[in-house]
Amino acid sequence: MAHDAHDHDHEHGQEAPSEMALRVKALESLLVEKGLVDPAALDAIVDHFEHKVGPRNGARVVARAWTDPGYRERLRQDATSAIAELGYQGRQGEHMVALENSPETHNLVVCTLCSCYPWPVLGLPPVWYKSAPYRSRAVIDPRGVLKEFGTELADDIEVRVWDSTAEVRYLVIPERPAWTEGMSEDQLAELVTRDGMIGTAKL
Amino acid sequence: MNGVHDMGGMANLGQIAPEADGPAFHHAWEGRVHAMTVASPTRSNIDAGRHQRELIPGPEYLAMSYYEKWFRSLTELLVKHRLVTAQELTSGRADPTSPKATPRLIAEAVAPAMATPGSYLREAGAPAFAVGETVRARNLHPPGHTRLPRYVRGHLGVVSALHGAHVFPDANAHGKGEDPQPLYTVRFTARELWGPAANPRDSVSLDLWEPYLERA
Repeated sequence: MAHDAHDHDHEHGQEAPSEMALRVKALESLLVEKGLVDPAALDAIVDHFEHKVGPRNGARVVARAWTDPGYRERLRQDATSAIAELGYQGRQGEHMVALENSPETHNLVVCTLCSCYPWPVLGLPPVWYKSAPYRSRAVIDPRGVLKEFGTELADDIEVRVWDSTAEVRYLVIPERPAWTEGMSEDQLAELVTRDGMIGTAKL
Repeated sequence: MNGVHDMGGMANLGQIAPEADGPAFHHAWEGRVHAMTVASPTRSNIDAGRHQRELIPGPEYLAMSYYEKWFRSLTELLVKHRLVTAQELTSGRADPTSPKATPRLIAEAVAPAMATPGSYLREAGAPAFAVGETVRARNLHPPGHTRLPRYVRGHLGVVSALHGAHVFPDANAHGKGEDPQPLYTVRFTARELWGPAANPRDSVSLDLWEPYLERA
């Protein structure tokens, strides 16, 4: 069938490559030829971002903070060390700060100047986080932005926006939903979303 | 530099398009650009990399995707550092007379490098401001790289945290050394920044180096 044939072609990469794909391939060939990069190292880096880091890491941090008051306190005192306890550390997570939501306070993270994001705990940022509409509006209209993510906040809740202008990286610790009482740390980690840890969503 | 990258507070730049947890890279070439940027000998200075992206002319910057910007700035940095020539970029072939380099990062070193906790913390003199102190973001418009967004310049805020001295991007991006400076988190009320229409409870906090601040 035509549909199957299309899928087949796609899987084998026989679609015409885009201009960017060609330009990037040409640059990689040149850099490899000149000995400036090791192609196997590039494979390993891609694998790292596709499989080793991502919001599941941050969710482990949040679930631990919800279930272990001692851990929550360590997270408050020194988030970088507390997060490293769970094995998450490295580039773009060198100086971590945890921001705890509460019934009175909601935190929202942005990087207006570029797209700074805590890679070890959240992986690479979603496209919207890196794009002009979010970067420009999160600081001036956080409540309007939150509404577009389906998160409506009452006027008497304090919204704290954090613009990541230095090498400090922020992780929002969402409020634990009341209905999760009795759940295990593993079950809780399943509930924690990427947007909840950026602050564009509540759980 | 007062470029379009400094977009905090602007309106009408388009719709936010929320997406569910997606793949790390939406196209295979994006992953290669990311990996080449991380593995490139030019990566040692993160501030110079950010500044290179800011130097993309405004109309193009706004029209490009994130990884198109990374690709552009990577090629420009490689030329700037004389690691490749414009001729080689055009031909796609190495100049046969150029020496062959040794990759900075080999495959076996990637996992340890990714997991090694680096630090931007450095030794420097005592901080001038204390937590709880009111400060003013200075009205500076440097032509080069800065991490002081326009939307806070001239405004009053309160120091909420001190992070020790960190590498100062305004110097480091331009090859002037790390010039460590005390780094503070400063909280500005939304009303101070955006006027009386803002919710009186809301605030915006930024991490600002001491040279960006003055006593109120």
